[in-house]
Amino acid sequence: MNGDSRFTVISLAYIIAALLFVFGLRRLSSPRTARSGNRLAAAGMLIALAATLLDRSILSFWEIGIGTVIGAGVGIYSARRVQMTAMPQMVALFNGAGGATAALVSIAEFLRATGHGEAIGAGPAVSGALGIAIGAISFTGSLVAFGKLQEILPGRPLLFPGRHVVNALLALGVIALGGAIAIHGATPTTVWALFGVALLLGILVVMPIGGGDMPVMISVLNSLTGVAAALTGIVLANQVLVVAGMLVGASGTLLTLLMSRAMNRPISNVMFGGFGAAPTAAAAGSAVARPVRQTSAEDAAVAMAFANRVIVIPGYGLAVAEAQRQIKELSSELERRGVDVKYAIHPVAGRMPGHMNVLLAEADIPYDQLLDMEQVNPEFDHTDIALVVGANDVVNPAARTDRGSPIYGMPILDADHAKNVIVLKRSMNPGFAGIDNALFYEPNTQMLFGDAKKSLVQLTDALKAV
Amino acid sequence: MSRELVLGIYVLILAAFVGFEVIGRVPAVLHTPLMSATNAIHGIVMLGAMLVAGSADTPLLRGIGILAVALGAANVFGGFVVTDRMLEMFRKKEPPAGRPESERGDPR
Repeated sequence: MNGDSRFTVISLAYIIAALLFVFGLRRLSSPRTARSGNRLAAAGMLIALAATLLDRSILSFWEIGIGTVIGAGVGIYSARRVQMTAMPQMVALFNGAGGATAALVSIAEFLRATGHGEAIGAGPAVSGALGIAIGAISFTGSLVAFGKLQEILPGRPLLFPGRHVVNALLALGVIALGGAIAIHGATPTTVWALFGVALLLGILVVMPIGGGDMPVMISVLNSLTGVAAALTGIVLANQVLVVAGMLVGASGTLLTLLMSRAMNRPISNVMFGGFGAAPTAAAAGSAVARPVRQTSAEDAAVAMAFANRVIVIPGYGLAVAEAQRQIKELSSELERRGVDVKYAIHPVAGRMPGHMNVLLAEADIPYDQLLDMEQVNPEFDHTDIALVVGANDVVNPAARTDRGSPIYGMPILDADHAKNVIVLKRSMNPGFAGIDNALFYEPNTQMLFGDAKKSLVQLTDALKAV
Repeated sequence: MSRELVLGIYVLILAAFVGFEVIGRVPAVLHTPLMSATNAIHGIVMLGAMLVAGSADTPLLRGIGILAVALGAANVFGGFVVTDRMLEMFRKKEPPAGRPESERGDPR
């Protein structure tokens, strides 16, 4: 192949790869298409990597071969062997590897240019310096995140006095070295110094962040690595690197915001860390303001669609809202998807014994799906989702555990034994007995506020769209 | 500013907008897989590492190149494989066709 046709083939391959990344990401944002989206993106990656082998600047292939065999081998082996519970730290490690790659590529480009006496323009030099700094921060930051999640490092925020001053000085050092590279040109000393300072900064920035905030922090580092890759692309004048890196930088930033919202952790707290100590003060302040996790109809619908078993706990709220037909529609839709749906009927559900059975029978819900308390309580232990619709006191664990509670000793439905609990409720007002319900504050409980009938309609619509 | 730099900045800005728009309203259950998939995509920087490794003319550059290719390859290959494993949970279940097979009675 002559030079021109090589260039054409490589360029076309890069364009196709960029398109596959975009379509892959699009499909990754819906559960039904997510898996194919990931595979599309992987196909794009293979195309881009294969086309790169045609590049005329590549004179020798054995270095690439060795590196690929080692890296891909370790990567695939650990990706297959890792426990599902250890996924976040696995992602952190891969992210750190990517950050280091971006930094090393920019370093090598500077070293190559200085070795050949070539000048790098101020623009690419700034990009390269930023690429080194961000890649290095992402590398050591990810390693610290891994250490904390793997419990090699203590998960609690590690604070030392004056850390803000030290971090600010290191950041200034990064800026000064980057500026020197941009203005006076790179020397091996400045390039390695920049790398070293940024590596240290990455460690110190992530150290103070508590283990609970690590998933959000990993998302931050992930988008940073994307930006580092894009900047490296500018240094190399390689557009597919710019596109793919920036796609990750931007979608990663949005994802970070979505995650911190879903986890009820303001991003400013996550970033500046150390506020892990705040909850004790809040707990001392008042018990009323305990946080609950809110969910949306879409998220709840997705969770139910992929559950194996859902137990519905209908309560008085359902009867008041006259939502029995809507709950029937929802459960039919779930059953169409192969989800096992049962109803747990508390003796006093709906305020009168048997009230609920009547209401549900009226909506043509088959009797064999209605289980009474003794039948259903052992079932919660292997139930994915308990969907509490307008019930409150009959699922209050205080009846089992809290001797001081007015409902202590009342037999209840053990909804808290289900893997996840979704509560449809008008507001946080306490129920019939006027007492607070600890179930609503459990970490595996999510609240969907609103009128039961409207919420059920929204859930059913969202489920049809999954 | 060189033409290539200007082009690079254009591409950077446009790709940022696409990145913001493309993931749209992603449900919380997909947050971790999506993070993992984007993590694999930034492994594209392996491509830069290949160029470094393949054109290295000093032992130092060769060493940096091999290391960078290995790290990039771990990011790319490990990233996509681990994401695929996460997404296995969304494999579609067979919808129940009326009553379960066992209750249909003897086929004879």
